[in-house]
Amino acid sequence: MTVAGRPPHDSSAEHGDRHGREVEPHTGDPVPDPGLGEHEYRPTDVDSAAEKRAERQIATLFGLSALLTLAFCVAYFAIGRNDTFAGTNASNLVLGTTLGLALLFIGIGAIQWAKTLMDDHEIVEMRHGSGSSEQDKAEALASFEQGAAESGFGRRTLIRNSLLTSLGVLGLPAVVLLADLGPLPGNAPRQTVWANGVRVVVDVSGEPLRLEDIEVGQLVNAQPAVFYETDEAGEPRYEGTELLNAKAKAAVVLVRMLPDDLVNPESAAKGVDGVLCFSKICPHLGCPISLWEQQTRNLLCPCHQSTFDLSDGGQVVFGPAKRAVPQLEIGLDEEGYLIAMGDFTVPIGPSFPEMYQD
Amino acid sequence: MRSLSTHRRHPLAGVLVLLIGLLLVGGVYAAFAPRSAQAESLADDEALVEAGRKLFLVGCASCHGSNAQGLLQTRGGQFGPSLIGVGAAAVDFQVGTGRMPLAQNSPQAPDKPVIYDADEIEALAAYVASLAPGPAIPGPEYYDTSGLSEEEIVEGGEFFRTNCTACHNSVGIGGALGGGRYAPSLEGVEGKYFAEAMLTGPQSMPVFSDDVITPEDKRNIVAYVEEIQSAPANGGLSLGGVGPVAEGLVGWLVGIGGLVLAALWITKAAMRVRKQ
Repeated sequence: MTVAGRPPHDSSAEHGDRHGREVEPHTGDPVPDPGLGEHEYRPTDVDSAAEKRAERQIATLFGLSALLTLAFCVAYFAIGRNDTFAGTNASNLVLGTTLGLALLFIGIGAIQWAKTLMDDHEIVEMRHGSGSSEQDKAEALASFEQGAAESGFGRRTLIRNSLLTSLGVLGLPAVVLLADLGPLPGNAPRQTVWANGVRVVVDVSGEPLRLEDIEVGQLVNAQPAVFYETDEAGEPRYEGTELLNAKAKAAVVLVRMLPDDLVNPESAAKGVDGVLCFSKICPHLGCPISLWEQQTRNLLCPCHQSTFDLSDGGQVVFGPAKRAVPQLEIGLDEEGYLIAMGDFTVPIGPSFPEMYQD
Repeated sequence: MRSLSTHRRHPLAGVLVLLIGLLLVGGVYAAFAPRSAQAESLADDEALVEAGRKLFLVGCASCHGSNAQGLLQTRGGQFGPSLIGVGAAAVDFQVGTGRMPLAQNSPQAPDKPVIYDADEIEALAAYVASLAPGPAIPGPEYYDTSGLSEEEIVEGGEFFRTNCTACHNSVGIGGALGGGRYAPSLEGVEGKYFAEAMLTGPQSMPVFSDDVITPEDKRNIVAYVEEIQSAPANGGLSLGGVGPVAEGLVGWLVGIGGLVLAALWITKAAMRVRKQ
């Protein structure tokens, strides 16, 4: 800033500030470029003993690496696949350790080499613009314009528009092929294989259940009997992927509580003598839930701690689940075995946007 | 007496009075407390039940009631549940693993050093079993896993994964439940206590009756757990087998921490000297 009243000089027009006062033009950087300092040397640059020592260190690292790689090859054949060492698999342990250290030593050696022995003089490399030259740019533009004029792309609108149409339509096959991603789920999210009369059987063993098999405080992981049945040809009715898909929705838990402990009469009426049947699939995100605390009668989901009170119709008492765990109405067939009275009345597993639409 | 009264405002006088009081109370209690009953090893069943009843009255009745009927609190809770019909297996499990007698009121009774000896546990079990029918102490057909075939162990694994892993973790290391309760680790648990726990459903654990999970199924489950616990950890350090929390902690601290240290070493300027 200059003092007011000082006579104007040549640059006053360009450099006057907004209030008409003059400012000195900036010359150069506000912070001066310190430039490159004097090069400092490492001990290995000035002391030949240190240089020799560093050389030996690096060669030792590379040599150790080679030895460890050889040890890997020997261990591969020498150690049996099932030998154990300190509670772990000896082969895995030795192969991993030798090969890992061999690679590590090469890396440490290379960095040590660069840090101690390779030349480390600082150099300055100037930056250059990365654009093409003006002449190249003009030539490319002229060439493009000539092509546009010769092809008549702007003039022959019929050809141009039909070409653009054909290119646009080419995008359709990509959309049409999406149909191969599979049929729409349809009603599948609302249905399971449970139906009136399907027996409730023990998961894994497939044994049917009588009321007296289940004690108060008991939890039974159960499945529909159809998974253990065979058709006329003696083949299982559900197999492979189909079985897994059906099982993922049909898995249930049976629990028995004292009828006096059931606080929800509507839910109690769907069971038999305090034996109630609930879906084993969490209505939050679909984890299998069979952590049943028989004293609190709470069913706990291990994934996000949603907790359902099975004595109160599976109502949510804690956690992120937004709806009760679905209950399956059960009864007894004429032989006294537990059967389902129908399918679930609400969808199983995680809620979905269309769930509440009819 | 005069010297005593002059010291009555001494800073340590209160502490001394408290000590004398505590000693008096303790001494009087020790002199008048009921002697702990001793179980005599008697062949006669009735005598065994009677011996068990004596032990029960001393060690258990304060919570479970003098007739094992359970004691209710006025606010609806209970000091101890009724033991009528729980059977000998429940007593053998609870007392034999040290869960009972309870050391303190807590969400869960942990296993701890066993208080009663084998004869006393037998007497207690006989007394509780005499009250009402309940599951008996299971025999070796429930847990003798010698000579089982691979197929039987594999089937035990299917039952284990279906019924047990939800709470006890896929390698039987245990896990958390709600409200401070937890499923204990199955590591080093005797086969007999496995069977008793499945039969009686102690604490939060549900019952797995013989009609649903047969004694052979139970034995196969025990065999599977023994198998996975004796198997070598092929993945290296198991970090307790508790899952992503421990693994993530080690990954972040040791793994990423090690990488940071390596990066510091790589970029650290070498020592400099002046050239003579």
